[in-house]
Amino acid sequence: MPVKRTEKTRMPAREARVRARDFQEVNRGYTTFHAAFEAERCLRCQEPICVDGCPVKIPIPDFIHAVAIGDMAGAAKILRTSNPLPAICGRVCPQEIQCESECSMVKRCESVAIGHLERFVADWERTRPLAVMAATTRKEKIAVIGAGPSGLVCAGELARLGYPVTIYEALHAPGGVLRYGIPEFRLPKAVLDWEIGVLKATGVEIVCNVIIGKTLALDELLDKHGYAAVFIGTGAGLPQFLGIPGENLNGVMSANEFLTRINLMRAYEFPEADTPVRVSKRVAVIGAGNTAMDAVRTALRMGADEASIVYRRSEKEMGARVEEYHHALEEGVKFHWLTNPLEVVGNAEGWVTGLRCQRMKLGEPDASGRARPIPIVGSELLLPVDNVILAIGTTPNPLLTRTTAGLLTNKKGCLVADEQTGQTPKARVFAGGDAVTGAATVILAAGAGKRAAQAIHDALAPRR
Amino acid sequence: MPRILETRRLTPVTKYFRIDAPLIAASAQPGQFVILRVREGGERIPITIADYDRDAGSITIVVQEVGATTKRVCALEAGEEILDVAGPLGSKVEVPPGGHVCGVGGGFGAAALLCLMRELTVRGDRTTAILGARNRDLLILVDEVRPLCRNVELCTDDGSAGFKGFVTQRLAQMIRGEGPGRPDHVIAIGPMAMMRAVAETTREAKINTLVSMDPLMVDGTGMCGGCRVTVGGRAQFACVDGPCFDAHQVDFEEAMRRNKQYAREERQAADRLACAAAGE
Repeated sequence: MPVKRTEKTRMPAREARVRARDFQEVNRGYTTFHAAFEAERCLRCQEPICVDGCPVKIPIPDFIHAVAIGDMAGAAKILRTSNPLPAICGRVCPQEIQCESECSMVKRCESVAIGHLERFVADWERTRPLAVMAATTRKEKIAVIGAGPSGLVCAGELARLGYPVTIYEALHAPGGVLRYGIPEFRLPKAVLDWEIGVLKATGVEIVCNVIIGKTLALDELLDKHGYAAVFIGTGAGLPQFLGIPGENLNGVMSANEFLTRINLMRAYEFPEADTPVRVSKRVAVIGAGNTAMDAVRTALRMGADEASIVYRRSEKEMGARVEEYHHALEEGVKFHWLTNPLEVVGNAEGWVTGLRCQRMKLGEPDASGRARPIPIVGSELLLPVDNVILAIGTTPNPLLTRTTAGLLTNKKGCLVADEQTGQTPKARVFAGGDAVTGAATVILAAGAGKRAAQAIHDALAPRR
Repeated sequence: MPRILETRRLTPVTKYFRIDAPLIAASAQPGQFVILRVREGGERIPITIADYDRDAGSITIVVQEVGATTKRVCALEAGEEILDVAGPLGSKVEVPPGGHVCGVGGGFGAAALLCLMRELTVRGDRTTAILGARNRDLLILVDEVRPLCRNVELCTDDGSAGFKGFVTQRLAQMIRGEGPGRPDHVIAIGPMAMMRAVAETTREAKINTLVSMDPLMVDGTGMCGGCRVTVGGRAQFACVDGPCFDAHQVDFEEAMRRNKQYAREERQAADRLACAAAGE
């Protein structure tokens, strides 16, 4: 009988003072000892409801049991058959609101650290020679649009089912938000490259620099290039702006621009790399989701003296993962809660000098279920800052829908698709991930990609 | 990787490239652009598609050396490959048919008139191109543009070719009925200051005028918002909503200020490249 331990085995992390000034990964990962110790905490419930909390339905107790008995290869196999991106999901999933929130232990103490264990197993797998697992057994070609989380997972699943799959990616490198959005200190590019390498080894072809809807029409894929089905995983990449005065001053940018310059274009290596980014002494990031945390922590690493979050609601309504918030606090990020930006203020040359804000209080819940922020009269304040980064959300890119007949979008610009199968109103066209849901998480996109792959398989090879 | 089929120096700082890019050639429309990258760690830069040959599967671009990346592009020769070419991006130029269309090409902006003037002439519009430069040696693609439109008006600051003066002065004369006469539509492509001057020239005459904006861009697909331009008081993304906008609605002052955001870094990169070249 394992000893009852009420707390998770802590994830070893690099010292905040040191890590806040470089781009190396914050979390060090469990050692074999940590992993075995933590795996023993799992109660191996008869009806493991943690699995219900997982969008890709990883048989969680099974892989954890394999870790507990030291069968890493077995654990890796279990993970990989249900989640084609375990090294990524183990790092970036909000486990605390998914699998870990359903863990039976939560009622009495801390849940099992499922995410940390997933990462441990996936990292172990990365040290092993690559095992090629799929062979092309089917003749129907499938095209996937977008090499982000949903597209990669959909392609991986289809390859596993024996289909020849081609992913078309608009940018010059695959990964989508995993490459341009999530910073190195949270998801090292080596991990992403390894996962993409696994997909390629299973036969997935990735073609970069092709923008479906521009370079090639979606209908051309179906009619001219002979694809039997298409999966759209174009994500939600269009940044939103607040529409407040001063938003186009020099020094104001979307978090997408800021992170893309750094993550995809390697602006931190300027002038060795050619794309610059201007980070000044005092940086304000508007918003409090994961992208906001990524941006504000990146600003510190780019040399900002002071990096702060400005959010119109409170800590409780914040959208970021708990771990990201804690890491940000440890690294010295300042938080202006209940503070609503009204105007970006600039100097005569058109550069940002400050952010005029208003204090808020919380009222009744609004349509999103979160408490509605209400302005406090006469509470205006000016935050002296030289950079303003907007991380207030993204919407699906209209590029493909504008140029493709037969697809439908809702009023938020999201593609209409069946929640279970991803089938769009257009025959042989499926969709999933942020393009359908609006900006959500990597794992929800992965789940949608996986379900769509199964639906495509069901449509092409009906089960008798 | 797309191979360069042909290159030609047009002026000491501009170079013509024909590139093997069948997919882009098949779908390109006037007004659209491509994003190029020439080396690992390199910038993504937007370049207007000057022309395309759907049968040959090639596109034409003209690159002006303004910074480190464009200098690197201009160092490439026929037979070499370009690391990344993505496109066609942006929306095509929309001009109502049947009128007298005047394309104004300032400096290397003349290049973008190639496919535009041809398409408009072929569909039956009356077309005039005004090509302008400081002197006759800096005028580019005159022989190429000439067969593509009804009239070609040359302007040089020093009078060494055609009309002596700015393109806007010649345009003003046309609006008053001189030469090919008053245009119904004007499309200006070139340096921001010239496009702003064209907008001012046609504003009072209420001539429908489009300008092809060239803001800083990172991805070129709508993802970064760095290319936002204020048009009629609203922020528009040049990469997806443009790059052509109603000239009379564009906030040029803001656009010019935003384009200088990275001037310091651009100089630094150019100096560094020059030093590296000198060291060889």
